[in-house]
Amino acid sequence: MSVTHTVPVSQGRRSFLGRILRAREVGLIVMIFALVALTSVTQPGFLFSDGGWRELLRQPTILILIALGEAIVIITRNIDLSVGSILCLSAYAAGSLFSNFPGIPIPLVILSGILLGAFLGLVNGLLVAFLRVPSLVITLGTLYTYRGIAILWIGPHFIRSSWLPDEYRSFGTLQFLGIPVLLIVVAIIVLLIGWFMTSRRVGRDLYALGSNPEAATLFGLGERRLTVTAFVASGALAGLGGLVYLAIFATGDAQVGTGYELQAVAAAVVGGVAIVGGSGTIWGVALGAFFLATISNALPVLGVPSLWQQSIVGVLIVGAILLDRIVFITRIRRAKRKGTAT
Amino acid sequence: MSADTATITTNAVGHAAAQYRRHSRTLWRRMLLRTETAIVLAIILLIIFAITTVPYFAQPYTYLTMILNSAPILLMLLPVTLIIITGDIDLSVGSVVGFSSAIFGLSFHAGIPLPLAAGVAVVGGGLVGLLNGVLVTVVGLPSLAVTIGTLALFRGIAVGLLGTTAITGFPSEVTQFIGAPLFVGAPAPMVTVAIIVVAIGFAVVLHLTPFGRGVFAIGLSSETAAFSGVRVNRTRLILFVLSGLVASATGVYYTLQYSNAIGTNGLGFELQVVTAIVLGGVSIWGGRGSILGALAGGVLIATLNKTLQLAGIGSDTISIVTGATLIFSVVVAGIAGFISRRRRSKASVIAAGVEKHRAIPNPKSVPSNH
Repeated sequence: MSVTHTVPVSQGRRSFLGRILRAREVGLIVMIFALVALTSVTQPGFLFSDGGWRELLRQPTILILIALGEAIVIITRNIDLSVGSILCLSAYAAGSLFSNFPGIPIPLVILSGILLGAFLGLVNGLLVAFLRVPSLVITLGTLYTYRGIAILWIGPHFIRSSWLPDEYRSFGTLQFLGIPVLLIVVAIIVLLIGWFMTSRRVGRDLYALGSNPEAATLFGLGERRLTVTAFVASGALAGLGGLVYLAIFATGDAQVGTGYELQAVAAAVVGGVAIVGGSGTIWGVALGAFFLATISNALPVLGVPSLWQQSIVGVLIVGAILLDRIVFITRIRRAKRKGTAT
Repeated sequence: MSADTATITTNAVGHAAAQYRRHSRTLWRRMLLRTETAIVLAIILLIIFAITTVPYFAQPYTYLTMILNSAPILLMLLPVTLIIITGDIDLSVGSVVGFSSAIFGLSFHAGIPLPLAAGVAVVGGGLVGLLNGVLVTVVGLPSLAVTIGTLALFRGIAVGLLGTTAITGFPSEVTQFIGAPLFVGAPAPMVTVAIIVVAIGFAVVLHLTPFGRGVFAIGLSSETAAFSGVRVNRTRLILFVLSGLVASATGVYYTLQYSNAIGTNGLGFELQVVTAIVLGGVSIWGGRGSILGALAGGVLIATLNKTLQLAGIGSDTISIVTGATLIFSVVVAGIAGFISRRRRSKASVIAAGVEKHRAIPNPKSVPSNH
């Protein structure tokens, strides 16, 4: 789909197999398998121990969730830098709900975390849509403000695992047929959002808005409503990410999620979302996030100090946009050559 | 900038009309209506408020530490202002500070004399700026994406090079000189001179040279700028290199000031830099702004922060203050823009047929392709 949106050229002529082989998703799957294989050869425990298998599959869930939201926002030609701060607030809010109201139903807490995230996203969305200020500036501001609220609220405290009911903590370790339940839940969310973005009216409108905002406005798509929708989705998913963080780590302070916004942008870009909006698939983003998280897991095992991890994230972002650009230019050239030939 | 020729011309007419109307006002009204004036007034009011209500504010030492703390931001925002006026952005400056700090520290640790080590770090900063610039101009990638990527990359290199170690032990006569007041009892440190000199340099380049006119022209419309003979890509490339050079010089300064080279030096500075610039009335869409405004924005944040710190609100507030100030400033600007648009469209209803171009919305209110 990313292809049809960037260059509407000669898609139909290419064979089905050729299209599959060129898709970003396939490349990512191959890279993920190669990385896991390489790491397990070096250190079999990475994959073949109980803990290794579980970490491999459940650690990426947090990044997948916030990257999905980030991708929806980037598809509309905006950016959301506040996801890390939202994740922190949601995680701590859920933790303190458990602590202040022992016996509170878990679904209620989950709902509160998601709603808090959605509300913070709504603030972002309203500011972006009605002030005609770039989302970069607004979410830079809310990145700071939300983090500041977290620091003022949480202070030096941190979430203790004793605050959380046993059932909630067991979410983090629960497995179904050997697969962490968290990953299954996240996979279902990926499928739902992917279906929504490819097949529902609003999903297509979000792509249209990012692809050409002027045309979308002239067409009457409701630019503001769509922008707000994207930011609310991003906030809600970041809120859910906070809840998953809490289930996995059962702790957290005022610095939880610092720098996650960069990883989310990286995952979206590596997954094939163009930073200028209008293209990219949800499946690609989920795989991009899984790939990035697996790199962070694999590097220490491979003997690369985790300190170098951030530079690899940087190389991946720059590499991914470079790759997109090169593919774009070669397509244009090929199309031109074909045009002059006929 | 995907607007077709027709919209460009009508926008240009509307813009020219607004410009003409602004310039037909008397000088004092023109001066008063500028964002810079509002910010400077806000700074003065804030300082008066702080002097009268916050204990210990009216002391030379307060101003000294305030300038010392905000010097990196005030230096780095100068080239970034020019970059934002061309419609690009550089989010990697904070990481370049860390990168240059790491190179400086390691070179010094390896026994290279201090001035030479500083030179190596600054050249390194110029090179990473060149990398940004080449990716943006030659390859043609969006600057936002490139510099988010290099933000992670340069920080990763800095942290990777130094690990968890910190390099200290810089000659104390140098570090003491850096933090010393200009003369005994002066409320400003040595670095003030550097800030003023560099700021004047950038102000002259931006406001008084053909190169600077080119910077504004690129921000308004890079196509038009190219057709009027501005070398668009060369200008943008030069600005990214300048940004790398200034940020790495800031990194050297920062390292010496705290006598500490660690990989996390300058973490998050890019956000403060952009906040100061936007607060200072520089349009994030490009084409409008001034060095004075951006500097004033930086000073306002520094003053606000110092006031809160001395008032005992705590040092953790910097993030909330910066964020809230940024959002407050864009909310105010947004409301002001909304009012002026309404007033303009009302005026056009009255003068219908005579001055049609007044009804044309502000060209900058149309989201453009960045």
